[in-house]
Parts: sequence; structure tokens; C-alpha cells
Amino acid sequence: MDLLGLANYAVFMAILIGIYALLALGLNIQWGFTGLFNAGIAGFFAVGAYTSAILTSLPASGRLGGYELPLLLGWAASMVAAAAIAWPIGKICLRFRSDYLAIATIGIAEIIRLVIRTEGWLTGGVRGVTGIPRPFGELDYMPSQIAYLAIVATLVLVAYLLVERQVKAPWGRMMRAIRDNELAAAAMGKQVEARRLQAFVFGSALMGLAGALFVHFNRSVTPEAIDPMIATFLIWIMLILGGSGNNRGAILGAAVIWIIWSVSELLTDRLPTEIAVQAKYARVFIIGLTLQLVLRFRPEGILPERQPGSPPHR
Amino acid sequence: MLEVDGLVKAFGGFRAVDGCTLRVGKGEILGLIGPNGAGKTTLFNLVAGALQPTLGTIRFLGEDITALPTDARFHKGLVRTFQIPHEFHNLSARENLMMVPPRQPGENLFANWFAAGKVRAAEEAVRKKADDTLAFLELTHVADERAGNLSGGQKKLLELGRTMMTEAKLVLLDEPAAGVNRTLLRKLEEKILILNRERGYTFILIEHDMEMIEKLCDPVVCMAEGKVLIQGDFQTVRSDSRVLEAYLGETPTAVEREAAEHDPKVEELREQELHREDL
Repeated sequence: MDLLGLANYAVFMAILIGIYALLALGLNIQWGFTGLFNAGIAGFFAVGAYTSAILTSLPASGRLGGYELPLLLGWAASMVAAAAIAWPIGKICLRFRSDYLAIATIGIAEIIRLVIRTEGWLTGGVRGVTGIPRPFGELDYMPSQIAYLAIVATLVLVAYLLVERQVKAPWGRMMRAIRDNELAAAAMGKQVEARRLQAFVFGSALMGLAGALFVHFNRSVTPEAIDPMIATFLIWIMLILGGSGNNRGAILGAAVIWIIWSVSELLTDRLPTEIAVQAKYARVFIIGLTLQLVLRFRPEGILPERQPGSPPHR
Repeated sequence: MLEVDGLVKAFGGFRAVDGCTLRVGKGEILGLIGPNGAGKTTLFNLVAGALQPTLGTIRFLGEDITALPTDARFHKGLVRTFQIPHEFHNLSARENLMMVPPRQPGENLFANWFAAGKVRAAEEAVRKKADDTLAFLELTHVADERAGNLSGGQKKLLELGRTMMTEAKLVLLDEPAAGVNRTLLRKLEEKILILNRERGYTFILIEHDMEMIEKLCDPVVCMAEGKVLIQGDFQTVRSDSRVLEAYLGETPTAVEREAAEHDPKVEELREQELHREDL
């Protein structure tokens, strides 16, 4: 691979890291600060992706869409739609303990995936949505990539600053208190269920935005593009490895895991075809192994959550 | 101030609280004593809203609060502490106190982004209040310590501190002295008296330490098997034969027993007791 190719690849990878960092930040609000086990990240990602795709894409026969609305409107709508889906789910499921929420969110994400596949009038079915505009998409390849990276990076930075301010504020203190001891938080007058719902909706909105950024980057979206293996499982590993409860950790985890994931793809692609197919599974193995090692030697993640005072007794 | 009527809490077939009726007047420090399993803590959980009663009503300041959730009761001025400290272990001691005041502007998502100045001003006031409370409890030296690392006694003080961070009217204290050393205990008694006299808190105090009950509480209520056995001043309750039998476990001397057997009042009570069993 020549130098230019390498640079291209790096930019490409950085854009995806940015998108996954948004997902990891969203999950960090839900799991890291509030303790909500969302196992259906891909569902909220998909809702955001398709919402923006339908609203901003060029007209096409056989499916809803072609409104050609401004991009920013599409992105805002993707956040609103993901939040709107999260609200009733949270309203029903947050009364359960965390493992029930996990099962419920897996189910919901699967329903969303099936709806996307089968409701062709809405989503174009398996053919998906094409003709999705991309900001600065009319530029040459490299400048266009760099411009998109700048947009993604800016949004990640803004999201990071907003979430960071939130968790350092009394809101974050209250959420950590609820996570530490629900009973005592309620006894101190905090509305535990409503606050959890708020965190769930807030995190899901960020996931929706990540979905929108993803489809505008690819200019198209199909049901296959939203893989729960990546958009749910890998995001969890990013957060755990980076440091649950630490926003910088979430972003770092996204970068580390995505680099391992895509570089290993680069390597397996070079193998002879007979082995290459099997080697694809080895990538999942490497990620699993990384998770095991992290959990064994550094369960709090690379950048652990900030703790007051002396380290906890073990 | 607090009126509990015919309260029953059944767990399956077992009635932890079984027809409990209780009145607490403003400014009282009511001592709640009784053997383990008498239903004292369950009664607290019912009054605080952590459990829903099977039967009966709870009225606070003249208002029926039986169906209100815990957080709504807090906002009415009914605050509790826990028998086993329920500190927020990953928060510092100061943060444990700072999270308490209700309706902080910084608890609103958008206020933090768009009204940062207001949030900051409120934070400063809350921090000042927390530091004053820590000083009052003599916990200033552990203000920044992770609450999970504090000693059992310090956690108990922190529990009391949380009730001081809001405009509490009635405070339920569940065994504040358990596991607290003697010096700290005297300090705790002093704090409770100050809160009662200077800030007008009404208390219900569950305690096994009779010295503390004697010093602080009037009236004293003894519970056994989910019911109120007797209510009265400390001396009356303490010398009541049923209390002795059910709780304090001191066998009356032969002379006392003889006297009790011929005491018409005791006879009458025993009659009632048997009659109740017949029902």
C-alpha cells in the first residue's frame, strides 16, 4: 500500500471511529453513568440511519422518501426519532431490573431490523435507500473525505463536551447516586424511574445521530449495513475496554477496538482465499480475547471512572 | 404530625406489621423499641414509602400519603435513614450530602447547557451547606473521601447529615447508634437534640441502646410481633411486665411477680390479651 493509500485508509478509519465514538458515548450515558444494560444499540442506530436517509435522499419509486430535506434537519430528525423510539421502550422496560432491559432491548432491535427488511414501502426493503446526499460530497475523493472527517470530529467533540458538562453537573452526581443505591436515592427524593428514562432517551438520541452520520458517509444504507455484531457487540467492548463511566475512555475504546478490528481485516484479506474465510472468524476471536484480557487485568478499563478520595478497598 | 392507623404488612402468610396504630406529635422524639423481628424497620419502610402496606392508612400533616411514592414523601418533609448505612459509596462524603437538596437547577439537562451561571450559583450554595453540615458532624477531614471507605460510625453520621440537607419535618432514624463507638454516640445524641430543639425536627428513633432512648425519647413505644404493646414515658414502658417479657428479657423477681399477679390492672390487661387471642 502506497503512502496516499495509507492516508486514505487512515481518514476512512478515523471517520468510522468518530461514528462509533458517538455510539460509545451514548452507551456510556446509559450504562456507564446510569447502569442501564442496553443490548439493542443497533436498533437505535438503525432508526437514526433510516430516518435521516428517508428525509434527505433523492426521490425513488417504491419507497417512502425523496423529500430532499436539508441535511441538518435530517440529522436532528434522526436524534428525535431514536429518542422517540427509546421513550416508550424505556417507559415499559426501565421498571425491570437490568437483565430484563437487556433482553427487551435485544428484542426491540431485532424487531426494528425485521421491519426495515420487510417494510419495503418505508425503507426500500433489502435494496435499501440510495441517493443519500453527503456534505461536500461534490468535492474530489480526498478533500471530501477530510471534510466529512472534520464534520464528524466536530460533532464528537460537541457531544463529548455536552455529555461531560452533564455528568460533572449535579445531574451526573444524581445519576451516580441512583446507580450506587436506588433505594437511598429515592429516599432522598430523586425520581429514579424518570431520571433513568431521561438517560436512556438522551443516550439513544446520540446513537440515532451516529446512525445518520453513518448513512450520509456511505451515501446509501441497506439492512445488511447495520450489523448487530458491530453496532451492538463491538460498541460494548469499546466502552468496557476504554473505561465505562469515563467519556474519554469511551472515545479511546472506540479508536482502539476499531483499529484492531479493521487492521485485522486488512491482514485476513491478504491471506489465500481458502484460509481467508476462516480467518474472518479469527477476527471475532481476537476481539473476544482482547475483552477477556481487559476483564482479567484491568476490569475498570484503560481510563477508569474518576473516583473520589483514596482507591476503594479490594 | 404522623398518624398511622391499622397498618398491616403481610409477606405471604407472615404479618411483619400487624395492625399497628401510632400517633407522633410535632416536636417529639419518639423512641421505638422492641425485640428483633417486632416489625420496627418494616414500619419505617411503610412510613417512608419503600413498602406498600397490605391494609391501613398513613397520614402525614393531615394528608393521606398511603399511596405516595418514596420521593414524593421526601418532598413533603418526611426523611429517613437506614439501619444498614445506604451511603452512595462511589460518591465522596461531600457529594453524598450535596446530592440531597431537592429541585437543584443542575439536575435539569438543559439548564447545564444554557443556564450555566444559575447552576454554578446554586452549586456554591449547596456546597457551602454541605460543608457546614460536615463541620457540624465533625466529618470535615473526610469530606473528599469516597463514602464507601468511611467507617461504620462515620457512615451513620453521614446518614444523619443527609437529613440535614433538606427542610425535613419528620426524620425516621433507624438504629443510629448501632456500631457507633461510645464517644461518637454521645456526639450523635447531642446532634439529635440540637436538631430537635433548634431546627424543630420531629424524630422517630428505633434503638436498642436503652441509655440513648432514656436520654432522648418521650414518648417511648414498644412493639412486639407487629403490634404496639405499650406507649408511655420511658419509666412506664421500661417497667411494664409485657415489655420485660417480650423484649428486655429480665425475669421479674419473685416479689415483683407476686405483686403483678395481684395487680388488678395487670389482671385486666391479661384478660384483654386472652380475649384478643380468642378472637
